Amino acid sequence: MALLEVKELRTYYYTLRGVVKAVDNVSFSLERGEVLGIAGESGCGKSTLAWALLGLVPPPGRIAGGRIVLDGIELTKLSEHDLRKKVRWKKVSMIFQGAMNALTPVFTIEDQLAEPLMIHKGMHKNEARERIAQILKAVGLDETIMKRYPHELSGGQKQRVIIAMALLLNPDLVIADEPTTALDVIVQAQIMNLFKEIKKKYNMGMIFITHDLSLIAEIADKVAIMYAGKIVEIGSSDQVFGNPRHPYTQGLLRSIPRIRSKEKITWIPGVPPDLVRPPPGCRFFPRCKYVKEQCRKEEPKLKEIEPGHFVACHLYG
Amino acid sequence: MPPIWVRRMAEPVVKVRDLMKYFPLRRGLKEIITMKPKRFVRAVDGISFDMHIGEVFCLVGESGCGKTTTGRLITRLLEPTGGHIYYKPSREVASQISEKCFVEDGYVDLAQKLPKHVDKLLRREIQIVFQDPFGSLDPRMKVYDILKEPLIVHRIGSSEEERREIIYRALSEVKLVPPEQFMNRYPHMLSGGQRQRVAFARAMILKPTVVVADEPVSMLDVSIRAEILQLMLDLQANRDLAYLFITHDLAVANYLCTRIAVMYLGKIVEMGPTDEVINNPQHPYTKALIAAVPEPDPRNRFKIREVPIKGEVPSAAAIPPGCRFHPRCPYAMDRCSKEEPPTLEVKPGHYVSCWLHVRK
Repeated sequence: MALLEVKELRTYYYTLRGVVKAVDNVSFSLERGEVLGIAGESGCGKSTLAWALLGLVPPPGRIAGGRIVLDGIELTKLSEHDLRKKVRWKKVSMIFQGAMNALTPVFTIEDQLAEPLMIHKGMHKNEARERIAQILKAVGLDETIMKRYPHELSGGQKQRVIIAMALLLNPDLVIADEPTTALDVIVQAQIMNLFKEIKKKYNMGMIFITHDLSLIAEIADKVAIMYAGKIVEIGSSDQVFGNPRHPYTQGLLRSIPRIRSKEKITWIPGVPPDLVRPPPGCRFFPRCKYVKEQCRKEEPKLKEIEPGHFVACHLYG
Repeated sequence: MPPIWVRRMAEPVVKVRDLMKYFPLRRGLKEIITMKPKRFVRAVDGISFDMHIGEVFCLVGESGCGKTTTGRLITRLLEPTGGHIYYKPSREVASQISEKCFVEDGYVDLAQKLPKHVDKLLRREIQIVFQDPFGSLDPRMKVYDILKEPLIVHRIGSSEEERREIIYRALSEVKLVPPEQFMNRYPHMLSGGQRQRVAFARAMILKPTVVVADEPVSMLDVSIRAEILQLMLDLQANRDLAYLFITHDLAVANYLCTRIAVMYLGKIVEMGPTDEVINNPQHPYTKALIAAVPEPDPRNRFKIREVPIKGEVPSAAAIPPGCRFHPRCPYAMDRCSKEEPPTLEVKPGHYVSCWLHVRK
């Protein structure tokens, strides 16, 4: 059985302007020890998807339908109390975008890391200290950092503390939402190396969310490309990067400047649709160069075009 | 004796020499009472480079290396602490400037105090495009008014019709067509890419010779970055223009730029033609930067990326002595912590400041 099974998940924001369908009928599964990369432009619903997995969609948003099953537990049926006591931190932990700036400035790193251990495991502070020292070492930090305050740490160190926090209770699933955006290239590479080590060492599932396809290639075994609230292509990373089939994926890959070649890059004309009133049919058709009559009317379904490689496009069908 | 590269290249439009910008730090009460010397953040600490018409000159570096400060010094949004910015005005402007303002054959020193009207003329020729298209356009002005403002400030166009004509042309040049449709919109009605186009139209409307582009694509979605980069090249193709492109992204620099200067803590550590710097990097810092750039190749997930340098950039308020890179350098020698390395030309036009390249 898969570690995480997401079935037809829908997460909508009920705003005064109308219903924003941020995540619309998304399904995927994830095995233990696997890293799923989710890529897409800003506003495609990738962060909302992550929040939905934790039951943390900010109002006026909420999960409008679908199922999330983690390790046999159906998260969508749990109460807020159970989610908090049994799921968050223990089973699923998340590295939020910009979380390193959310460390409390008035507590030491030790105090902040001890909190989940004391609350969830009922540990005494002295017991917690041992575990903290161990986890800090695992993320490449020195023990002495325990006694420091966040402002005494550099950006990379703070990000490591956040990663340590996410690993603290040995969760089954770690979700990382743009974990390196605020960091410089060199620190980013160091943090990515850390993620690779974690992946090797711990047998957990990981969801890695970013707009940067190059970073996804660095870590993910499986890639999902999201556009306007939907997964348009999903497959193993060799399939998606080596043989991209959806015009959007192809466009994205062609728009990345490379450092080791001078290949001409291109762009996808137009802008993503307004999710209150998404276009009928395929949501990508206004920007697609292969558009045909069918695309304007009928919504394409995810189809398996080779084992494990799914594409939602009328070109293949 | 001027640095070596001064003698070789002919007629650059901008010649920056030993440019410095120090920001004073506030002193604590104890420091004032004990009369401690003032401390500074040495954001730009003596850099020299040339810019030519028709090229895209790129400043690359991590955050805090002084690349944005350099851009602001050249546009004169900041006053330099020391050094020179020699600028060669276009013929039209040069004819309106009195002899006295020129320091040498056709160059004006922008770091010096200039008469007010001269200053204004020169500001027209050096424009800037900022990183954040959401913050750099006034939300209460329509696109038309945003573009009209520079024309009014510099008294261009005698009548409203003439100005409208100029604005129309500027909008169609940045491919916001038809102009009538965009003219009356407010910035919030535009997408990020369109806003950045307005920012470029605003910079180009005064027909500048130098445009500083400070990370113009880093806030945009990946799928439309190429569009803005192409726009920059198209705009340059039709006029005499030099870009100073500021970025932290070496892949973008590799795509767009003709020459690259790598900055570290306020100094240029390596400079040269793009292909040279990217394919044949000489400074350990440049090598590390290039090694750290991720690439969309899924095979990378199986290997740990070798990033030879350790730690993070130290504060610009406490720059290490000697070579400022030595605490992080894998090849640091005794000498590196004591003396600052000289700038050497390793190949024609390719400069590096590192003791590794100094013959004993």
